Amino acid sequence: MEDLTSYPLELTGPDIPMVRFLNVRKSYGELIVLDNLNLDISPNEMVTIIGPSGSGKTTVLRMLMTLETIGGGVIYVDGKPLTHMPKNGALVPADARYLRKARSSIGMCFQHFNLFPHMTALQNCMEGPVQVLGLSGREARERAEELLMMVGMIDKKDQHPSRLSGGQQQRVAIARALAMRPKVMLFDEVTSALDPEVIGEVTNVIRDLTTRHSLTMLMVTHQMGFARDISDRVCFFFGGKIEEQDSPDELFSNPKSKRTQQFLSAVKAAD
Amino acid sequence: MSYISFLSEHGSRFIDGALITGVQFFCSLALAAVIAHVFGLVMLSSNTVVKSFAIAYVEFFRGTSLLVQLFWLFYVLPLFGITLNNFLTGFLAVGLNLGAYGAELVRGAILSVPRGQWEASYALSLSPAKRMRRIIIPQAIATMLPAWGNLAIELLKSTALVGLIAVPDLMFQARELNNSTYLSTWTFGTALIIYYVSARFLITPCMRRLEKIMARRMGRA
Amino acid sequence: MQWDWEFTAEILPKMLWATVNTLMAAGIGYVIAAVIGLLFALAQRTPFRSLTFIVREVVEFIRSTPLILQIFFVYYVGPEYGLWLSPWVAGMIAIGLHYAAYLSEVYRGGIESIPKGQWEACTAINLTMAQSYRRIILPQAIPPSIAGMGNYLVSIFKDTPMLSVIGVEELMQAANAVGGQNYRYLEPYTIVGVIFLIISLTAASAIRGFEGWIRRKLGME
Ligand SMILES: Nc1ncnc2c1ncn2[C@@H]1O[C@H](COP(=O)(O)OP(=O)(O)OP(=O)(O)O)[C@@H](O)[C@H]1O
Ligand SMILES: [Mg+2]
Repeated sequence: MEDLTSYPLELTGPDIPMVRFLNVRKSYGELIVLDNLNLDISPNEMVTIIGPSGSGKTTVLRMLMTLETIGGGVIYVDGKPLTHMPKNGALVPADARYLRKARSSIGMCFQHFNLFPHMTALQNCMEGPVQVLGLSGREARERAEELLMMVGMIDKKDQHPSRLSGGQQQRVAIARALAMRPKVMLFDEVTSALDPEVIGEVTNVIRDLTTRHSLTMLMVTHQMGFARDISDRVCFFFGGKIEEQDSPDELFSNPKSKRTQQFLSAVKAAD
Repeated sequence: MSYISFLSEHGSRFIDGALITGVQFFCSLALAAVIAHVFGLVMLSSNTVVKSFAIAYVEFFRGTSLLVQLFWLFYVLPLFGITLNNFLTGFLAVGLNLGAYGAELVRGAILSVPRGQWEASYALSLSPAKRMRRIIIPQAIATMLPAWGNLAIELLKSTALVGLIAVPDLMFQARELNNSTYLSTWTFGTALIIYYVSARFLITPCMRRLEKIMARRMGRA
Repeated sequence: MQWDWEFTAEILPKMLWATVNTLMAAGIGYVIAAVIGLLFALAQRTPFRSLTFIVREVVEFIRSTPLILQIFFVYYVGPEYGLWLSPWVAGMIAIGLHYAAYLSEVYRGGIESIPKGQWEACTAINLTMAQSYRRIILPQAIPPSIAGMGNYLVSIFKDTPMLSVIGVEELMQAANAVGGQNYRYLEPYTIVGVIFLIISLTAASAIRGFEGWIRRKLGME
């Protein structure tokens, strides 16, 4: 087992990042998917990950959501370890109980929405607040309605997901995630499964979030224009590593790495 | 008395019983297969009279219980002057009953053959009989074989009921032995294990092989 | 042999009364099967490898051996170890366990048909394992399982005549008794068949209706 003694039990100092990946590794059998990833995300920062298929973008998000186990290193959220817990003055792999508490500050939206099909839009948004946060039905409903209003779905609040378009479902999914009041929101290609004409309604909601809410966001997208518009920072992933990261203007107009240049020109050619 | 000496003393009865069960199994399986195909095809025919008859048959045999059918054949038929021996009554009841379930499988499998296949055989202007025999049925068999594997196991289990009309099958022997020795765990336990081994390690692997062979014939493997 | 209407009228009340017992046996057996079946299914999804393995094998064993033998086994083996079970208790245990094995497969199929994304969404809103099953997974797994669950409800009903072999006072037992007393088997066994046919056909169509209703209710059309 990995020696974790060199990892701090919690982060201290003046500028504690909201999320810190510290030497994070992940592999499936022989295949190394993340190779010693180090990435800090500041509070309220919007970071976008771009990169070719299979470069490990989704894996980064899934590990932060604790949907995947960690292969090495430690992830910290809000200064505290997420994947590990302190025990007798050292870090040990987190147990289910610790994980559950630690991940409560993280929310995620998926490419295929994953709404609960047997619940209405409103019920989808109330489920977590009532079951997990222990809100009363009334409080949860107020919160859910407010969020559905924000994403423009209040009219459809009593519809089941099967009656909603992809764009509408994704907006409900965003409201559902926000209803848990996460500090960090993860978006994994939330527009990839959508018809072109409804992509805008989802990106507009995300754009709103960057201005209106104090949220830290980590997003994977293939929409370069959108990434450039709203990100504070863009990371280009290649082969499980951050090949290059910079402000969007810098990275898109003046990429330094050869691979970034190739990727961007290939994407541009395809558009 | 140890289990070993129990087996050496009474083992031959289990073997005799298992053989009878085996014969019952094959006879009723053959009967069920024939019935399933005949009624399954007839259920798809456009002649409403034979079609309703087939549907009624299937609903009747699936709707009443096998044990009731067995007892009816055994106790009631002789009253009409038809006396069959126990053995024949046994596999007749099991075959007629499971055949009704099989007919549904055949019907479903034939319906699942893609439309394009029917249309292609029209295009070749094959006669209806040829079309069925050469194009549709081989494909249907491949699709329904896995379900027949389950049905074969149901059928094996169903044959245990024939012991109730004194066919000396495995269940019958176990029950007799229990009545004479009172060693219930051993007698019923041994019989259960023989059924289990036959189902899991004889019938299932055979059906799997058959599925593989059919799949290869169909160019699916 | 002629059908005797007078005799029919005489025995019909008794037979109908016994039908109540048959329905009760099916109902109780089914409730036991539904609950234990769910436990079997959930046990096979725990991370404890040996538990999963054992439950899987038990389910396989129960499914590949005849119910009639299982009924004998449960009824006769108890007393060998000083545990005397009444026919009703033994019968309900045997039939309940038998169908629990079948229902566990239905549940398992239902649970496994739920896309992985649903589990991930549960994690993302931080539901516990128990909440995920109760609130999200099982409500979705049950509607597609209803057809299977319903079929087994009808099957369990049709298998209740086997309980007569250990003397549970259900319909078959009543027919045997009436037939034996009067030396007339035509009417009692035919009545049993008709009652079974009516109930299982009605039940089958009721289940189809129920399935449609629950799907609509959960907005899964
Ligand atoms: N459960 C798994 N088992 C085995 N390999 C996996 C698994 N999940 C992901 N991988 C592999 O890990 C690598 C990285 O996957 P990941 O989903 O993170 O890529 P990605 O950058 O999100 O790609 P895309 O743009 O196609 O979504 C891929 O090569 C993928 O095949
Ligand atoms: Mg991805």
